[in-house]
Amino acid sequence: MSTTNTRSPSVVEVSVSGAPRRGAVSRLVGRLGSGVLQLALVLVALFWMVPVLGLMLVSLRSEAANTNSGWWTALLRPTELTLDNYRALVGNEAITQSFLNTVYISVPSTVLVVGIGALAAYALVWMDFPGRDWIMVAVVGLLVLPIQAALIPISQLYGAMGVFGSITGVVLFHVAFGLPFAVFLLRNFFVGIPRDLLEAARMDGASEWRIFRGVVLPVARPALASLAVFQFLWVWNDMLVALVFTSPESAPLTVALRSQLRQFGTNVDLLASGAFLSMLVPLLVFFAFQRYFVQGVFAGSTK
Amino acid sequence: MTTADQTPPAGATDTGGGAPPPTAPAPHDDRVPWPRRLFGPATLFLLPALLLLAVFLAYPAGYSVVRSLLDGSGTRFVGLDNYTRMFTDDRILTAIRNTGIWVLVAPALVTGLGLILAVLTERIRWATAFRVLLFMPMAISLFASGVIFRLVYDEDPDRGVVNAAVVTVHDVFAAPSEYPGARPREEIATDDAARGGFTTVATHSPGDGVALPLVGVRPTDLPEQAAAPTLPEGAAGQIQGVVWLDAALGGEPGGIDDGENGMPRVGVEAVRDGAVVARATTGDDGRFTLSGLDEGEYAIHLSASNFTEPFRGLTWLGPTLVTPVIISSWVWIMTGFAITFIAAGLAAIPRDALEAARVDGATEWQVFRKVTVPLLGPLLLVVFVTLVINVLKIFDLVFVIAPGSVQADASVIALQMWQVSFGAGGDQGLGSALVVFLLVLVLPIVYFNIRRFRRERP
Repeated sequence: MSTTNTRSPSVVEVSVSGAPRRGAVSRLVGRLGSGVLQLALVLVALFWMVPVLGLMLVSLRSEAANTNSGWWTALLRPTELTLDNYRALVGNEAITQSFLNTVYISVPSTVLVVGIGALAAYALVWMDFPGRDWIMVAVVGLLVLPIQAALIPISQLYGAMGVFGSITGVVLFHVAFGLPFAVFLLRNFFVGIPRDLLEAARMDGASEWRIFRGVVLPVARPALASLAVFQFLWVWNDMLVALVFTSPESAPLTVALRSQLRQFGTNVDLLASGAFLSMLVPLLVFFAFQRYFVQGVFAGSTK
Repeated sequence: MTTADQTPPAGATDTGGGAPPPTAPAPHDDRVPWPRRLFGPATLFLLPALLLLAVFLAYPAGYSVVRSLLDGSGTRFVGLDNYTRMFTDDRILTAIRNTGIWVLVAPALVTGLGLILAVLTERIRWATAFRVLLFMPMAISLFASGVIFRLVYDEDPDRGVVNAAVVTVHDVFAAPSEYPGARPREEIATDDAARGGFTTVATHSPGDGVALPLVGVRPTDLPEQAAAPTLPEGAAGQIQGVVWLDAALGGEPGGIDDGENGMPRVGVEAVRDGAVVARATTGDDGRFTLSGLDEGEYAIHLSASNFTEPFRGLTWLGPTLVTPVIISSWVWIMTGFAITFIAAGLAAIPRDALEAARVDGATEWQVFRKVTVPLLGPLLLVVFVTLVINVLKIFDLVFVIAPGSVQADASVIALQMWQVSFGAGGDQGLGSALVVFLLVLVLPIVYFNIRRFRRERP
């Protein structure tokens, strides 16, 4: 979606500026106006980046430096920047364990949601069975169900089953709550796959599973990527689910860092570097797969 | 893990076995047509998803209603007691009120901001870069965003960038006082209730030399140019004097000792009969000269502006401002989403409509008001509804940004639900009542979405 609308403005510009006849003066005014506009937008963009820059610089300064002066002074004294906070963080076993936990939670949740969601969406689009439309309506309805609704019932269920505090429990919860979105997104994509493609494969006697694996999945790769990126970031960034269902041993980064919040003033260096560490993976994923992420957000847009 | 893990491969091997009938290969059961449809591959494809949806979404939604009618321990039926408590509990009422503020303010703000920025960036060549940059906050966790904004709004102007900016702007218009907390020795001058600052106990006449020893600040707080003071003689028509920091350890109180320094830039006034008749400012050595005085008795006044505490900015994370502050951080996160969404809609607007309006002589503003906005209407509604859903579920941001002491003032329903059920409260009956309340709020959106889905379906 982002690519299509970036190309159109240039096309638009040609057609629009061609229509009204303009004198040299009004052209100059127009160009100045555009200059002012661009400057204003540059300022907005910079303004948007200030908070992140602040966190980054705080995380790169010693506790003493952060107590005595604002992070912005480091812009003039770049020599005081240090990686000490990150060294301390990497040396902190609770933090490194929680980083690993975040990976152990996010990766299976993503793989399972994509797999289970794709199977269901395939059935809902390309197979005929009673109640198909009702299932789809239910999925759309469940799309906006707040996570809060399941916290109490599932914590009781987990308590009875003995999976409370385990990574498995958190993963299952995330998979379930990722499914309405996954099915919705993939269904919308599968609907657009030309029917001929599948009919041809069916004529050749391919089983549903073979069609799913061999025809639909390869074609749907962009949609699967969008879903995977979106779900991965969603789970990676989660705090609420982990707060309720993990134990200290299985807690992800957000929960481990949150326990440091109480003394915000005194350990802001640890918090800042921890928060930045937790952002690193999402930012890498975002900039590497930016298009897929944006498309994923749009496709569901209701989660 | 068991059901979710094992079912897909099971389905896979069954159907993958390659039953020849292409449309309905049903390896389980091909005796009767009806069960064949029910237990065919469709079921196997759907089973894991349906199972998870039923256990984790449908059942909890229903169970919450039941649970909300039981007491905290879940053993006794209490009817609607939890709901009564919900609407009488101060903390919960605050949370409901705050959620109301959020829903009324935040989505409209972001939709408006997104519309404006989407239109402004429409013809900019680097629009993609701009949108990606503003979209970036959506990729990071609300926890990290919370830490970011906790820092941004930190009360200490040496840490919080907002208060640093506020203080800088404030100090441009009202210069900060030089010696906050300093005061003269009590036997020399006392608090002046009428005009603030301090006024000498004794009065002086022209020709006198006045010593004004001050205490209450550290020697290191003096500016660098401060020089050693000397007691002036005084001259006709003038009162001369010296203001210095009378702080040397072991020195004589009220006397000028070695190592003590004058206090530059202190405002001094001569007062007679309640009126200021002369003003002066001390030099580097603390000396001042009040001149042009007639014979008579004058009190010397040190104005309050010398000693006022410096302005330290606003208490952003205090009870009154904390909700607007958290809303602003949410705006920071969501605006990129609104821009990109609306920009996609803008690109789809037929160019002819815009051009026709422009050819007819419409100004850009008229084009925006009369053509762009109406054409975007349905899309703006979708953006708005999406944002409302997001707002109703807001939890992490409030949890992280609001310090513990003001969390009750900033609370929202989703946070209160967690606090009540898993935090200090531990009352899952009341928590379930809050969940039901949240579900009721979401219900119109469910209806909206289903209707939209049905209409869009080919």
